[in-house]
Amino acid sequence: MLNYAWLILFFPAAGALINTFWGRRLGHRNAAIFANAAVLASFLMAVALFFGVRALPETAHRTFELPLWDWITIGDFRIEMALLIDPLSTVMALVVTGVGFIIHLYAATYMKLDDEHQPLDAARYARFFVYVNFFILMMLILVLGNNYIALYLGWEGVGLASYLLIGFWFHRPSAADAGKKAFIVNRVGDFGMGLAIMWLFFLFGKEAGSLAYHDIFAALEGASPAAISALTGVTLLLLLAATGKSAQIPLFVWLPDAMEGPTPVSALIHAATMVTAGVYMIARSHPLFQLAPGTMSAVAWIGALTALMAASIALVQTDLKRILAYSTISQLGYMFLAVGVGAYVAGIFHLVTHAFFKALLFLAAGSVMHALHGELNIDKMGGLKDKMPLTYRQFLVGAAALAGFPLLSGFWSKDEILFGAFQHSKLLYLVGLFTALLTAFYAFRAVFRAFHGRPRDEHLFDHAQEQPDGMVKPLWVLVVGSLLAGFLGLPQAFGAHINLMESWLEPVFEGVHVPEGSLGLVLALFVVSALVGLIGIYIAYARYVQNSGWAQSLQRSFAPLQPVLENKYWVDEIYLAVIVNPLRRLAHFFYGFGDQTIIDGIVNGVGRVTTTIGAGVARLQSGYLSFYALSLFIGAVAILAYFLLVG
Amino acid sequence: MNLHLAIIVPELIIVATALVVMLADLTGRAVSAPPRWRGQLMAGLTMVGLIVAALLTLVQIGLPVQDIQNLLIGDELSRYLNLIVLLAAILSVLMAWDYLVHFTRMMAEFYALFLLAVAGMMFMGKAVELMTLFVSLEILSVALYVLTGFHRGQLAGGEAALKYFLLGAFSSGFFLYGATLLYAATGTTYLSEIAALAPGGFFTIAGLALLLIGFGFKLAAVPFHMWAPDAYQGAPTPVTGFMSVATKAAAFIALLRVLLATISVPYEVWSWAIAILALLTMTWGNLAALRQRSLKRMLAYSSIAHAGYIFIGVAAGSQAGMNAVLFYLFAYAFMNVGAFAVAAQLEKPEFSAAQDADISATRGLFGRKPLLAVAMTLFLLSLAGMPPLAGFFGKMYLFIAAVDSGWVWLAVAGAINSVISAYYYLRVTVSMYMYEPSEETFVRLPLQMPVSLAISIAVAGTVLFGILASPWLTSLSRSVVALAAR
Repeated sequence: MLNYAWLILFFPAAGALINTFWGRRLGHRNAAIFANAAVLASFLMAVALFFGVRALPETAHRTFELPLWDWITIGDFRIEMALLIDPLSTVMALVVTGVGFIIHLYAATYMKLDDEHQPLDAARYARFFVYVNFFILMMLILVLGNNYIALYLGWEGVGLASYLLIGFWFHRPSAADAGKKAFIVNRVGDFGMGLAIMWLFFLFGKEAGSLAYHDIFAALEGASPAAISALTGVTLLLLLAATGKSAQIPLFVWLPDAMEGPTPVSALIHAATMVTAGVYMIARSHPLFQLAPGTMSAVAWIGALTALMAASIALVQTDLKRILAYSTISQLGYMFLAVGVGAYVAGIFHLVTHAFFKALLFLAAGSVMHALHGELNIDKMGGLKDKMPLTYRQFLVGAAALAGFPLLSGFWSKDEILFGAFQHSKLLYLVGLFTALLTAFYAFRAVFRAFHGRPRDEHLFDHAQEQPDGMVKPLWVLVVGSLLAGFLGLPQAFGAHINLMESWLEPVFEGVHVPEGSLGLVLALFVVSALVGLIGIYIAYARYVQNSGWAQSLQRSFAPLQPVLENKYWVDEIYLAVIVNPLRRLAHFFYGFGDQTIIDGIVNGVGRVTTTIGAGVARLQSGYLSFYALSLFIGAVAILAYFLLVG
Repeated sequence: MNLHLAIIVPELIIVATALVVMLADLTGRAVSAPPRWRGQLMAGLTMVGLIVAALLTLVQIGLPVQDIQNLLIGDELSRYLNLIVLLAAILSVLMAWDYLVHFTRMMAEFYALFLLAVAGMMFMGKAVELMTLFVSLEILSVALYVLTGFHRGQLAGGEAALKYFLLGAFSSGFFLYGATLLYAATGTTYLSEIAALAPGGFFTIAGLALLLIGFGFKLAAVPFHMWAPDAYQGAPTPVTGFMSVATKAAAFIALLRVLLATISVPYEVWSWAIAILALLTMTWGNLAALRQRSLKRMLAYSSIAHAGYIFIGVAAGSQAGMNAVLFYLFAYAFMNVGAFAVAAQLEKPEFSAAQDADISATRGLFGRKPLLAVAMTLFLLSLAGMPPLAGFFGKMYLFIAAVDSGWVWLAVAGAINSVISAYYYLRVTVSMYMYEPSEETFVRLPLQMPVSLAISIAVAGTVLFGILASPWLTSLSRSVVALAAR
């Protein structure tokens, strides 16, 4: 079975190609069918891989490598195209293709209308599916590659897909700008990635002439102390790359703007899958990070602070998708916190549960947006639960899971992270806990503002209605996931082998010591976070449904903070003033003086000389046969003379 | 008696197809079938012959080396050459399929001559005796002289054919004289015996020098290249595409065999001559291409330059160098025939003399025919040597081989030349994307199925040979013998 693993890449590639060439002629229905079938087939393949990996012996770390072909061979340096099938990559592949398929299904209906609520023509409809299939392909290359070059290829590939999809409504300047912003901000991170890979190669890859994970990690043993200490630099560069792709401090600024893309894209790329690539990359590279404790603390603190900062911004946002975007940044922060304290399993576990509930929230928000003809401002909503009862329930489940409502998926995974943080540092734990309070509040603020109370815009309200089955039904799968996925990772303290996630991923993270707490401690922390979640929800209820006085005065006491949060800590403005504008001025200088005057002068000079020579050369081609014969003769004499003189 | 006739079955199929084509034409005329149908029939028959020959060649790969009376040899090198020639031929026939009807009714003659040229090249790759080699060379040359002037209504074609013929006759003289001197030195024309006797001295050296001149002419190496721009421009475009690739491939393989035989001439002597030829050829070709206005003539000069790049691999003389040569010929077959196929689509149907597509005819092509423009872009980028396309890996292997053999300056010269060439390739690309379609811009020939197929195959080859460069190189390397370690 595992020998056919390449099929998992083949299907989305085929889907993308079919729609590239025949999408326009296929029409809406068939284009969607091909794209969906491709991802479904890929998902079934991922399931097959899961069972294949399960059958592998524990002794071999449940790892299987499928070599496809040698891509580049230069001397001793070899880049092999090979797939790494192990518990971690199968989990990722399942999430990418599974959640990806649901989102594809939803998009088949959603994308029939464009951003102005007009029917979308078949060519662009098909192009959308080309992009998303391409995205799935690249994401799978990212998680299934067995070396850093494949990771890099996938990393850049998903970046490209993200850029194309954010700017999908390119006729809108804001969308085009958002695409550019995402791309450029990510370049900063990608630059770190490129440097890190080169450095890694010189430190650990040279001997084996390879950048495969197993070669690099094998070279760690017996490496010189200098090389080991250089790992801090390497891992910091990798962290920079991760902060770009996974929208962490300092590179998170592109993600909120990325909401300009169609909503299924926000759900797929900017919530469930692509943005988790950084978490995956750190987990995959954990042998490196384990040897760089300084970087590990940096990862944990960046995660915790990002979680707090993004959650606080989400408190005051009024755009439904932006709330979710900040929430995504915040939840990604939790994942970073987890891997930063060495709780890799918890990080991956949260990645899985988050994929379910955040995709659900986004898609439900997309339904609301469609029902209100593109309106996303929660101040103009209200009372929608009667108009859209199914969507309401779906959103509610997603929000509850996000808020950490006891026993839902987000509760279990967030708690595992908080538990890991508690073992590591109490301060990190407190930051995480406080963020959980904020999370519960803003999640239910969105629920209450959008779905409860009286409608604030009668006109919009009157036209709102439940969306077609094609957009409602697929979400029930995500609802089930959001409700139950948590039971994949019950705390180990509850009994041996009860944490399925832990047992499954154990072969990958073997050798990483995770401190175990007593049952009492685990239960105590549970109660605390359950309470925190419920309190957050209650405050939101008191403020937005009951509108009680104490809640209003609570809000008023935080009023000084309001402008800070509404302006998102002025991060965009600071970047503009400190980085973008000086760079632009520098660029102008280089362009005007350096490029136009000096470089162009040289280049044009060389070019002019070359083309002048070219003209002279061409003129020798006079067309006269006798001249041609003369040239041949001269050449012949020269060659003969050379051979006879030298030889 | 070594009479392993099985090794020349693909060649025999091609010759037989040529006969069948002519007979079918007679029959067609007898029942007075319309010319268009006859054209399709001829092309179809030719195609079948080429494909059967290609499949038989594929079957032969991996079989042991056999020979016929020491005249012809069936080894891996000759089989891969067959594949290159047949590939170029298949693509060119697809290109010619609907192209010919615009100016000629002599379909049978065209395809028969075309097939004879193919057979000549295939025999040339197998020849290991000087007279056999010479006869194969003449078979392909005579066929190509006629094909070059096939567009009889056009002055340029006739002029080009005549020039090609006269200079070709001249160079055949050199070739023959070289063979004579080698015979004088050794008393034999069998390459294996020449190598075994290994006499040094005047006759061998002079013989090799003269043979090199003969090959230099066929390969359009500077300064023996003068015929090439005129002939390439004047010939019907499918013929240009075919001969720019397949003739080169056959001549390079034959050159390789001759160099293996004249073992007594030291590497230091001949490699310098080849290196200088490489430098002159690529630099001259690229410089002259810079200022061309006609797309076809620009591609003609670019073909000259590419022969120069391939000479770098020969000069390296190592196993890696030979590998690189063979790899490059494959890559070149896809990207160059592909580029000519697109250029052919931009010609005017009636194409009067010197009215083949100007570069300005590509203005805004992307807006009119996006897929055609994208295909052309891929070909041009590959010719310029952009990763990850086939042309990049081809050049990279050539340059690496050169550096490994100590020819650093030659590799540097090759790299500089690539930069120069990027200018005129990208000029076309810029014109396709950055400009609004002008009045001039329209695909002058309707894009028919066969030529679309040819372009698609060429695109696939250009891309896949880039992505899968390494495994392919490995399989080629089994066929190759190093020259330096002769």
